[in-house]
Amino acid sequence: MAQRAFAVTLPFVWALFAAGLVIGPVVAVIMRAGGLGGLGTPEYAALWFTIWQAALSAAVSVVLAIPVARALSRQQFPGRGALIALLGAPFILPVIVAVLGLLAVFGGNGLVNQIGGWLGLPRIDIYGYHGVILAHVFFNLPLATRLILQGWLAIPAERFRLAASLDAPMGRVLERPMLARIAPGAFAVIFVICLTSFAVALTLGGGPKATTVELAIYQAFKFDFDLGKAATLALVQLAMGMAAALALFALSPPAGLGAGLDRVPQRWDGRGRVVRIADFCWIGFAALFLLTPLAMIIVSGLPGLLALSADVWSSALRSLSVALGATALTILLALPLATKLGELAGLLGVAVSGLVLGTGLFLLVQPFVRPAEVALPVTLLVNALMALPFVLRILRPELDAAREDYGRLAATLGITGWALWRIVLLPRLRRPLGFAAGLTAALSMGDLGVIALFADGEHATLPFQLYQLMAAYRIEAAQGAALLLLMMSLGLFWIFDKGGRANA
Amino acid sequence: MLGRTIVAGLVAASATVAAADTPVLTVYAGDYFNSEWGPGPGIEAAFEARCDCDLQYKTGDLLPRILLEGERTEADVVIGLTSDITKKARDSGLFAPHGADMSALTLPVDWTDKIFLPFNYGHTAFIYNNELIDTPPASFEALLDAPDDLRLVIQDPRSSISGLALVLWVQAVYGDGAKAAWEKLAPKIVTVTKGWSESYGLFTDGEADMVLSYTTSPAYHIIAEEDLTKSAAIFPEGHYFMVELVAKLAGTDNPDLADQFMQFILTEEFQSMIPTSNWSLPAALPVEKWPEGFRELPMPEKVLFYSEDEAASLRDTAIEAWRSALSQ
Repeated sequence: MAQRAFAVTLPFVWALFAAGLVIGPVVAVIMRAGGLGGLGTPEYAALWFTIWQAALSAAVSVVLAIPVARALSRQQFPGRGALIALLGAPFILPVIVAVLGLLAVFGGNGLVNQIGGWLGLPRIDIYGYHGVILAHVFFNLPLATRLILQGWLAIPAERFRLAASLDAPMGRVLERPMLARIAPGAFAVIFVICLTSFAVALTLGGGPKATTVELAIYQAFKFDFDLGKAATLALVQLAMGMAAALALFALSPPAGLGAGLDRVPQRWDGRGRVVRIADFCWIGFAALFLLTPLAMIIVSGLPGLLALSADVWSSALRSLSVALGATALTILLALPLATKLGELAGLLGVAVSGLVLGTGLFLLVQPFVRPAEVALPVTLLVNALMALPFVLRILRPELDAAREDYGRLAATLGITGWALWRIVLLPRLRRPLGFAAGLTAALSMGDLGVIALFADGEHATLPFQLYQLMAAYRIEAAQGAALLLLMMSLGLFWIFDKGGRANA
Repeated sequence: MLGRTIVAGLVAASATVAAADTPVLTVYAGDYFNSEWGPGPGIEAAFEARCDCDLQYKTGDLLPRILLEGERTEADVVIGLTSDITKKARDSGLFAPHGADMSALTLPVDWTDKIFLPFNYGHTAFIYNNELIDTPPASFEALLDAPDDLRLVIQDPRSSISGLALVLWVQAVYGDGAKAAWEKLAPKIVTVTKGWSESYGLFTDGEADMVLSYTTSPAYHIIAEEDLTKSAAIFPEGHYFMVELVAKLAGTDNPDLADQFMQFILTEEFQSMIPTSNWSLPAALPVEKWPEGFRELPMPEKVLFYSEDEAASLRDTAIEAWRSALSQ
């Protein structure tokens, strides 16, 4: 009985703690502002645009990810592992780098228009609502694909074998239940990410029609110094994110495909000629769409890469240590939070406006210490909070499944506490843990902005240097720094993910 | 690499110990100011040579940070405020008169502010590639009437200083006709970016024919890259004036040092560092002392500028004209 109470309370306390880390700073901003502010027509227009573009972006990302993930899960080919790792890259790119890469492909002088020009096709214009959706799909298709691929890989090989020997419809008995469990969560996370989108929507949206709530917050904070309005908008953003998450989690059924012996699945349904052609078309589409902009970043960055100054390299080193620290912190926070309640609390971290979070933390620490002295811990904490929702989305389905499949056996054998984690749960989490750690490390490499108030300017990170180079007209050097950032993010992601992808 | 960082850290730590007795002047500046390409390092070295003190920059958000910190701020001096936020800064009561002699100023507008001291300026302008465009629009009116396939990229007035200057520029030229002017510009505007860097990146990548930037932008390409292909289109209707300012905190615990720094701003030593590190025009330096590459730049004959009260009362109207015209 005591054990049971313990099991219920500990995750609850953790969830409360994680939620407090986000709610606390927002409350601090509201207190400082002396109340909430009113919203006008431009803010409501921004709210409406924010919601529908996020919903559409998330839906397109998830719908496209399903055939791509299925193709990747059932076809074997040389370089498959490397391709899966590379396809994750857009998600971890800093926004400005990704936008320049996308424009090199879809922009006015981009590849698509050049090829179209030779063929006599009319010029396409990327700027507008469709540009925003395109960019969001570019960023989030990789995440959706990986989340759904995890789901496919988690179906035990024995189930496929059984289904094949019974000649049962695999889609209906195995794949659809898995998708029903995984897809709503993937949609929820991507929807929430797109809610807080800022620079993408502005650059590719083509003008003020594409104003998001995050931009309205930025304006309220930087230009009007209207903390009340900024806090109100941040609360609206949080409420939208939470409502979406609650609705979708309520819809997703629990795990129930059962345990297996961890064999590499053999897929009889992936062997037909038509199926193979269709699958490789999907893989080709994803590779072309996601990797061409990366190739353009590499090509434009090479000349500047060799000429980077010592300052840029030391920023790179600093970013690397921040990324590693944030990864350790995130995984430590995430394991006890991998419950439904914990995931809800975790989602707050990505639904909250970075600007308001940073301001709130500043207001909270300022009476006690000089903000610059706690810049490093605050950076680690903020990076961890931002990465937590993704990490939890990756870990929780697998952890739930492991508990469902082996929990009773472990309980019968009296395996509890740390032993349960060490013997039963962690070995089953190897793949998602590797993926989650890689994602956190890469995201922390690319993060900036939230801690601007804490920065003393002497400890600039690599993305920060990249912006400074651009502000100083050093476009070539900036492209070189962008390439360095890309290589480091990908490198970290690859190393961690490789560790977990032993039999993927 | 790591070993070197640790050694550098130890050296820095011992330097801090040694510097414990020397007074410290804390200067808040914008992000870009103290980067190795910005004006900060040169100014720091020059001032430390004459003050027997330690000048330390804290870079980041300027005014929001000061306003959040209030009386508790560590800043002695703030450098890099812009004229569109001086009203908010002045109303906070946190700043004190600069006491500097402003007779050396060479600004194209009269400047008598007792609190905010200019250290550099520039004007908004559309930059184009003169190899691709033979005959750029010769006036603002011609820009409005240009064919719609002329591709412009501008900055958002709600997130960027230069974007705000643009809407005030249109307001100053067209007044009540500002919205109609924006409606003529709208089809030519490819996109609106959050800040100047993104816009300029799009322009150099060939995504746009003209970009909203500054009259001094070609100087960077001429001096640093020996590239003569970038030019500013000069309009007879006038160009909007943009100025960056320095101010002293009223609550500084180093008033003498802060005053000495304020006196340093308009000296020739300080001013001559501005052009090739800030890529803008010095606030108090006659044209003949500007570096080559700046002297030859075409400059507008007419300069438009709203006082901070005018700008504050027109700002919302000007932004709304832009927003409603571009939202259609």
